[in-house]
Amino acid sequence: MPELATPLLQVRDLRVTFQGAEGPLRAVDGVSFDLAAGEILGIVGESGAGKSVTLLSVLGLLGHTGAVVEGSVRFKRRELVGLPPRELQRLRGGDIAMVFQDPMTALTPVYSIGWQIVEQLRAHSGLSKAASKARAIELLAAVGLPNPAVQFERFPHQISGGMRQRAVIAMALSCSPAVLVADEPTSALDVTVQAQILELIHRLRSDFGSAVVLITHDMGVVAGLADRVMVMYAGRVMERGSARALFEAAMHPYTWGLLGSIPPLSGPRPRRLPSIVGMPPAPDAMPSGCVFAPRCAAADARCATRPALPAQGLHAAACVLAPDERAAARARCLQGGLNA
Amino acid sequence: MIRPLLARLAQMIFVMAGISVVTFAIFFATPGADPSARIAGRNASPETLAAVRLSFGLNRPLPVQYGLLMKRLFVTQDLTSFMNRGELVVPQIFAATPVTLSLVGGAALLWVGGALLFGVLAALRPGRMLDRGLMVLGLVGISMPVYWLGAVVNLVTQSRLHETWLFSWVPPLGYVAFADDPWGWFKVLLLPSFTLSVFYIGLYSRVLRSALIEAHQEDYIRTARAKGLSERRILLVHALRMSLVSVVTLFGLDFGALVGGGALLTEVVFGLPGIGKLTYDALQTLDLPVIMATVMYASFFVVAANALVDMLYAFIDPRVRDA
Repeated sequence: MPELATPLLQVRDLRVTFQGAEGPLRAVDGVSFDLAAGEILGIVGESGAGKSVTLLSVLGLLGHTGAVVEGSVRFKRRELVGLPPRELQRLRGGDIAMVFQDPMTALTPVYSIGWQIVEQLRAHSGLSKAASKARAIELLAAVGLPNPAVQFERFPHQISGGMRQRAVIAMALSCSPAVLVADEPTSALDVTVQAQILELIHRLRSDFGSAVVLITHDMGVVAGLADRVMVMYAGRVMERGSARALFEAAMHPYTWGLLGSIPPLSGPRPRRLPSIVGMPPAPDAMPSGCVFAPRCAAADARCATRPALPAQGLHAAACVLAPDERAAARARCLQGGLNA
Repeated sequence: MIRPLLARLAQMIFVMAGISVVTFAIFFATPGADPSARIAGRNASPETLAAVRLSFGLNRPLPVQYGLLMKRLFVTQDLTSFMNRGELVVPQIFAATPVTLSLVGGAALLWVGGALLFGVLAALRPGRMLDRGLMVLGLVGISMPVYWLGAVVNLVTQSRLHETWLFSWVPPLGYVAFADDPWGWFKVLLLPSFTLSVFYIGLYSRVLRSALIEAHQEDYIRTARAKGLSERRILLVHALRMSLVSVVTLFGLDFGALVGGGALLTEVVFGLPGIGKLTYDALQTLDLPVIMATVMYASFFVVAANALVDMLYAFIDPRVRDA
């Protein structure tokens, strides 16, 4: 059955260029990934790695910034790049929904949360007012808001951050999207609430059958939730693989650094957590070789030419290191981080 | 519901009492500002001055004078003019109020409508030709003094082009009561209201435009886009609604000040016997009871307009309702 073999969302060689004051700035360069139905894909990287921009461009949410999007994004085999704004608008919130980082500012303050969910429902379906209201209350109950009928009338400022994020998720799921993009959905929340929201996303994936793209800078979040992981750095994919493979046998020095910065739960307490020295390159000063080389303790002469991410294979990294070199290089990288 | 209203009323009385004391002090108690000398005329003999003082009650202690003035203004309402003796002041105020309200109300409609239209049109595509053109036009509107614009409007519509089809409908200067002739009332107020509104259309368009552009940077607009709403709906239902909060504040202050007599220049230029004109005439002759009455009236409207804005706020912004 070739139908099943086609991924729900297929991104190929996506490039996003912004117009900077001194010429074009490439924020995303050659990103490719697949998303299967019902799957949770984690995209990890530091701030500015291009994680959000990648997904915003998939949804056509960069149009008003003057960004140029090139490459191919196929959703259910339909090409999204170059689609007229009106067509993209129909997809957004209907087939592909998005949850943003800060629930404090993500809702319009002057409308009740119920009203805002109904607004989205009515934008995408022919539901009557009464039916949309009933559906909205159902959704609020599904995301675990107590007293959903009462919460329906509440304004965003009247409920807590965690509850607000639940409401935002309820709104995103209102039209049963095939893909839910969650952009750092827990970063603005406190830790106990974070766990609840992640648990909620996990549960809703099975209830609503949506595939989830989870954007985060937190390896811990990815470990608990994602099926597959993609590590991004400076607008490029450094490594991709199943969550298990990535945590057990990471291939890229950058991934080692990210994993090394998670405090160990057992064993002796480290005197200092390893960190990755230096800063990510500025978009207008990209190294000509491997973009991570300036911060990489395992870098050598081979890194002067930019390594490509192999197109094939479940687990792959954009790195020159041969499999037998990795163990020594990894030790060197973590040691280097400690000395810095 | 009762408590905030009572608090508002108490606040209003407090503000008006303060303003009345200051006004009284300026005109009656400032050294050298002897009202009796002004009433008696130039080079009046001491006997005449004494007679005037006795006759107008100006020989009594200042607090008593103040108390009597307030009593005659608010309680017995039989305060009479110093200049036209025997003419009651309060009915003059009541006669002038509808004129000013008509003029300022009409102007407010024009300027709110105009500002909404131009502000939204300009914010649609910031930096484009339409935006720049409208903002330059707005600046022109703000820069034209209202008395000059009024004079030009009069010159064109009453004299130079009055015989043409375009302006032959323009009635002569003056006021027609709505109760007497609604159509005449409309015709006589159209040009004055327009003249008065030009400045505010320019100002409010610019304020609304920047508020809209600012709102478009907010996260909730991104959410609205991600929801798949149309750009028009995002602008009108989300951004505009949020921008109204800042515009309403401005509107309350301006409307209150204009109804309170701030439309003076427009009223004088177009010969409308409103509050501004009344204040203007009273200041020409330093008719103290009339000045006092118009100042009280103006402060009442400024405070009342602010109270109205506060209530409107609660309607527009639910966050204020809970505060």
